Amino acid sequence: MSLRATRRRRQSIFRWVVVTVIGLFFALPIVSMVEFTTRAPGGGRTLDTWATLFDVNVIDADYPELKTGILASAGLTLLTVAIMLVMLVPTMTWVRLRLPGMRRTVEFICLLPLTIPAIVLVVGLAPVYAWVAYFLGESSLWLAFAYVVLVLPYAYRALDAGLSAIDVKTLAEAARSLGAGWPTVMWRVILPNVRTAVLSASFLSVALVLGEFTIASLFSRDNLQVAINLLGKRDASIAIAAALAALVLAFIVLFAMSFVGARRRSPRPEES
Amino acid sequence: MSPTQMRVSDGVGRSEPGHGVAVSLVNLCRSYGPIRALDGFTLDIAPGEFVALLGPSGCGKTTALRVLAGLEDADSGRVEVGGKDITSVPTSARDMGMVFQAYSLFPHMTARQNVEFGLQLRRIPSARRRARASEMLDLVELSDHADRYAHQLSGGQQQRVALARALAIEPQVLLLDEPLSALDAKVRAQLRDEIRRIQLEVGTTTLFVTHDQEEALAVADRVGVMRAGNLEQLASPHALYARPATPFVADFVGLTNRLRATVEGERAILLGTSVPLLPGSVQRGDALVLVRPESIAVTPDPAGRATVVSASFLGSTGSLYAVTESGETVMAQIDNDAVATFNPGDRITLVPRPNPALAIAADSGVAADANGSPAAPD
Repeated sequence: MSLRATRRRRQSIFRWVVVTVIGLFFALPIVSMVEFTTRAPGGGRTLDTWATLFDVNVIDADYPELKTGILASAGLTLLTVAIMLVMLVPTMTWVRLRLPGMRRTVEFICLLPLTIPAIVLVVGLAPVYAWVAYFLGESSLWLAFAYVVLVLPYAYRALDAGLSAIDVKTLAEAARSLGAGWPTVMWRVILPNVRTAVLSASFLSVALVLGEFTIASLFSRDNLQVAINLLGKRDASIAIAAALAALVLAFIVLFAMSFVGARRRSPRPEES
Repeated sequence: MSPTQMRVSDGVGRSEPGHGVAVSLVNLCRSYGPIRALDGFTLDIAPGEFVALLGPSGCGKTTALRVLAGLEDADSGRVEVGGKDITSVPTSARDMGMVFQAYSLFPHMTARQNVEFGLQLRRIPSARRRARASEMLDLVELSDHADRYAHQLSGGQQQRVALARALAIEPQVLLLDEPLSALDAKVRAQLRDEIRRIQLEVGTTTLFVTHDQEEALAVADRVGVMRAGNLEQLASPHALYARPATPFVADFVGLTNRLRATVEGERAILLGTSVPLLPGSVQRGDALVLVRPESIAVTPDPAGRATVVSASFLGSTGSLYAVTESGETVMAQIDNDAVATFNPGDRITLVPRPNPALAIAADSGVAADANGSPAAPD
């Protein structure tokens, strides 16, 4: 066997070892969760926990905190994504079109939450939420304002990549010269061309909101993770099953992200 | 229904030639920080006329076009179209078609959808819209590519669709912002001629910005040469080339020799020959005369007072560099089949033809830009 073939074989083995180790790192906790949630009293396996989790009536009656948490997280997810998109897409487009000098500043502001621990955010947000509670009530949905701050870095990165892939300025100017106002430019020209980036930003936000615990817990609000935590003190099996279901849902959403919006492109013809 | 809607809907099925309007840019000023991109720029375009703005980078030609389009605001001055002041009218309401330097087709739409976009905004009924889009795609000879997306079209095809899209709305004014600069030479020449053909067919008043003098001279009714935010000269291509009003124009448009001469009244003695001078020339004394390469005749002459440095074959013509006894470098245009008869070191006689030339003061500091005075090859 030649030296080159030996080296190639070694590299191949090394690659597989790395993939296997990483796979085990991710798979082991999940397998453990499955194992735990399928344990039957007195030994053996049962799917009773999972059947319970997907039985709406039982959840409604026996685990109301879980239902509340799921509904709160669903609402928070939708609201966070909506606020994030409405706030970020036009702002980033406008900065590219009219205030390119501000781009670095906006990027810095959007990435800032990455460097601030959640507990520090809570300390800062506490007085703000006192006023929010005073004016808008105690609903968990208002956590969406804090979550928008949390998702900013990820959403910014995704949207920035999408906007960088197109010539926003020329497309907007072309549309305007054809008679389009700014809302039409945004809705019919910019958004369809950053669709994948918008979906990416949305899915990343969904994943983050579904997994958020610290802020909700410290503000004593309901969401899925807070509910799972509470449930874990009463019924560990159903809590772990709910956590695993949320995890799988996030996986599916992120996996779908890489397929949705992808377009097959044919090669560019030669100049003629 | 707006006038634009009326016109487009009435015009579906056939472009009516000659619906151009007059355009006036009056005393426009526009600064970017300390840089004055437009400095009292004034330009009048007649209805249906094709005007090209030509000039070096940073001379303000694109700024002038963008101010006309409404994409930039002028610091002062006025924009009039069809006699109406539209200075404060937003871009979307100016009714101008524009083709950009960068490819600007909407990537998520087919060629047909791109062409229909402006018509949709004007609420033209679907059937008429489709008919109009088909007509425009026919005009640019891309009917077969109607269902292709931008990424399935070549650069030249994209610009032709962009032209069809701009014309589909029957704009009052067509604005072309260096639409050919991203294309290769062959496609550029084809599309250049196509733009002129289409403009003559539809008769839309057109402003074309380019830094390529050949493009400007080939397609425009009049060419404006810009420098430092203002017009140096606006004239027909022939007049611009044959009778440049300023040394800058003479330098910028075409190749120019700067040869020492003695001026007396309206004539100059140049290489031993008397040539007539253009208005605006210096009147007396030593001067530099700006002479086109094709205005110098070259004859082999062992007793000649110039020496060949090099002779090059350029396809349809040839060029020859020579040095005079006084040390001046002269570039002359020669027949392509005469190139082989001249060898470096050959003695020749250079005789200026009696074409009017511009004489400037001998100490003139006018910069020779991209196409300025020739320098002999190494």
